Amino acid sequence: MDYFLTEEQVMIRDLARQIAEEKIVPVRAELDETGEFPWDIMKTLAQSDLFGLFIPEEYGGLGKGSLELAIAVEELSRACLGVSTTFAANALGTYPLLLFGTDAQKKKFLPDIAAGKRLVAFGLTEANAGSDAGGTQTTAKLEGNEYVINGTKQWITNGGEAEIYTIIAITDRSKGPRGASAFVVEKGTPGFTFGKKENKMGIRASATTELIFDNCRVPKENLIGKEGTGFLVAMKTLDHSRTGVGSQGVGVAQGAFDEAVKFARQRVQFGHPVITFQAVQHMLADMATSIEAARALVYAVSRLVDSGAKDVSKESAMAKVFATDVAMKVTVDAVQVMGGSGYMKEYPVEKMMRDAKILQIYEGTNQIQRNVIGQALIKEAARNK
Amino acid sequence: MKIVVCVKQVPDTAEVRINPETNTLMRDGVPSIINPYDLHAVEAGLQLREMAGGEVTTVTMGPPQAELALRETISLGVDKAVLLTDRLFAGSDTWATAYALYKAIAHIGADIIICGKQAIDGDTAQVGPEIAEFLDIPHIAYIRKIVEVTADRIVVQRLMDDGYDIVESTLPVLLTVVRELNVPRLPSLKGKMAAKKADILKLTAADLKVEEQDLGLKGSPTQVRNIFAPEAKTNRTMLHGTPEEMVNKLVADLQESKCL
Repeated sequence: MDYFLTEEQVMIRDLARQIAEEKIVPVRAELDETGEFPWDIMKTLAQSDLFGLFIPEEYGGLGKGSLELAIAVEELSRACLGVSTTFAANALGTYPLLLFGTDAQKKKFLPDIAAGKRLVAFGLTEANAGSDAGGTQTTAKLEGNEYVINGTKQWITNGGEAEIYTIIAITDRSKGPRGASAFVVEKGTPGFTFGKKENKMGIRASATTELIFDNCRVPKENLIGKEGTGFLVAMKTLDHSRTGVGSQGVGVAQGAFDEAVKFARQRVQFGHPVITFQAVQHMLADMATSIEAARALVYAVSRLVDSGAKDVSKESAMAKVFATDVAMKVTVDAVQVMGGSGYMKEYPVEKMMRDAKILQIYEGTNQIQRNVIGQALIKEAARNK
Repeated sequence: MKIVVCVKQVPDTAEVRINPETNTLMRDGVPSIINPYDLHAVEAGLQLREMAGGEVTTVTMGPPQAELALRETISLGVDKAVLLTDRLFAGSDTWATAYALYKAIAHIGADIIICGKQAIDGDTAQVGPEIAEFLDIPHIAYIRKIVEVTADRIVVQRLMDDGYDIVESTLPVLLTVVRELNVPRLPSLKGKMAAKKADILKLTAADLKVEEQDLGLKGSPTQVRNIFAPEAKTNRTMLHGTPEEMVNKLVADLQESKCL
């Protein structure tokens, strides 16, 4: 379907697609097998300027928005969700600086991020703080001109590989959710180390580790925003990143669908290619329709975000929940269309199915997304009364 | 350092169609790409610029649409591009092509000229060395590695059948490159945006101050008389018997035909 993309947006899509096809598809199975971090691909993405897509031009980026990022993420996800997670998590970790950073922080970090020289990670989740961010136990205590950070973050994408970490820690427990603050911590800071690398079901090319802070001292200037605004920083960051997760869903679904169609045209049973059977056609028709609906929603919400709309929580949650549920269903159905072949590692759809599952879980489970939508509906109803 | 890379736009298909009357390529309807070897030449130029500074200019001779190939090289990071386009250039063989490119390169000026080892359509591998001869400068063909470059000399590895030579040359020099040299980069977004806006310098025969008789079909000492597919001739012999008998017969036959 034509989404009336600008010439530049088409250029971004074509370049991301070229990288996906030439550099990612040939190695995705191996990356899935070994769990090796895709540094070569990250270098290619850096060279192509894609890391700078959403970063303002004054900091060396291209000054584009959520839609352009969504378009690029979709194309990378079509090839490999592990690689696209690495790329998208970089944006996730950058948003706190982009949305709330001081000019000095932006000048210090954004040019390297835009150039792809330094990778970023976002650290919110902890053992006891997943969906309930209020359970955060990592603390940051101001001592003189430094904050002393203690605690452990878990399941942090790009952990160990990234050089810049934006994290949430409690600066004043007595204030509850208003007692959290956001910080930027650089790899190599004394007291900051990494725990075990997780062995995951899917997105295995992406690195997921613990971040361990043991009396890690960072200068006062590393506070992002003000003390007490940590959860606001996190929520606004997630509002921006959710469309990216939605576009990951669209991408992996499209990738699996393409494989299913290709296979169904070639596979002959009862003397005919299986795509001529109505049972298969109906599955493919539902897959295609839901992918198109998901893409339309993700693009529409991305455009809403880019318009500068103040509150996009509800819409971005809708884009995330819908597109990632579509991704799960379509990848499962792609395996079904391909039958036994789909289940085998010779074909990429079993990987896509394993990869897709994370989309319903990370950056806010789809149950939490529905809470976000529900809360917004209540607020809207009360306002309209 | 002034680096000039020669590129050629070629049809992107193994099924090249030939105009039966002129015996030249029919380009209509066939998608065009940059000759793959030339992408390695462009990459070499960009890497040399990273090593030694300077600027990279791509040059091509071709019909007006060859401009697209040049814009593609700009999207890869090339600084400038020059298109030699003129009806008078049409029908050039490798001699006339090299002559026109030589005039253009002499016009631009170059310390290092890089060409792909050959084009995938003609497969002659002649144009690069011919340009060097016209310019009266040394050339090193089939280079697989650039070892060192300074302001006035270069050291490279030249691919041979059974290994490689290490060759040192003064500048200016012309190099032709093989695939082993590097992995061509993909374009960047900033490069693609620059490519859209870039001014491509267009030169005609008049701009190069060359005579009509030195160009195109008239300036080409070789003319294609006929293009045809060679008849496939295969002599197959089936051997029969026990494995020992068949091996003995095979060895005897190979010895008889002086293959062993």
